[in-house]
Amino acid sequence: MGSIWEYANPRKFIATTDKLLPWVSALAVVALAGGLIWGFFFTPEDYRQGATVKIIYLHVPAALMAINAWMMMLVASLIWIVRRHHVSALAARAAAPIGATMTVIALITGAIWGQPMWGTWWEWDPRLTSFLILFLFYLGYMALWAAVEDDDTAADLTSVLCLVGSVFAILSRYAVNFWNQGLHQGASLSLDKQENVADVFYYPLLVSIAGFVLLFVALVFLRTQTEIRARRTRALLARERVS
Amino acid sequence: MPELGKYAGAVLSSYAVSIALIVALVVVSVIQSRRAKAALNDVEKRSKRNG
Repeated sequence: MGSIWEYANPRKFIATTDKLLPWVSALAVVALAGGLIWGFFFTPEDYRQGATVKIIYLHVPAALMAINAWMMMLVASLIWIVRRHHVSALAARAAAPIGATMTVIALITGAIWGQPMWGTWWEWDPRLTSFLILFLFYLGYMALWAAVEDDDTAADLTSVLCLVGSVFAILSRYAVNFWNQGLHQGASLSLDKQENVADVFYYPLLVSIAGFVLLFVALVFLRTQTEIRARRTRALLARERVS
Repeated sequence: MPELGKYAGAVLSSYAVSIALIVALVVVSVIQSRRAKAALNDVEKRSKRNG
């Protein structure tokens, strides 16, 4: 078995992900549709939250992916900083719009869910506020990539921004534990079984989460391929101009 | 269709907005991928022709 660093070669990355992409995409569609249909049509109302509990199948997976997309970007950025593999920097860039979309979904579904349950669309609660700041970091990260012309400089600067933003990604996850205040409840999923939601909601939620994870992986593959090709095009155009 | 009662608006709007955003993200990603492939093919062909 070869080293994982072989995939830092753009050609190898594209060849491998080309083979994987149809399978991961198909699995993502099946899991996403399965989780959402199961959750929406075949689960009961919650005795306290009524039918709004069905929002959990979108809100929790989107919030998980919003945080974990940033964590994936952090790992890819660290690889860029330490080993200077272009594919890792481009993978981080490719993941940002996906993470930003997941953050928007988490914020919107949270507001829609919060209104009937808490009586307000928004509260400057620690978890909600750190999530909003995480979204602003996503916007800043994408804007910085777009603003800097030289790819390597852009990768350096965005990697540093990613490191700083990680504070808010972690706070988004643990704000409820750090500050025992605010409206937002604790984690919906925990290794401690007693803290989990009831099984009837839990299993479709797991399927939905698997769908969101697979969708993220498929989109990162596709968008990283796009970034690699766009970078290669820019390099060839620059060579044409010189010659 | 499940009985959603007084929360129908909240639940249905959550699903509509989320699915619309996910579909938009996928469509934009696929379009950008096709454009990047076509642009690279053009430039590679041109650079091969020009030696």
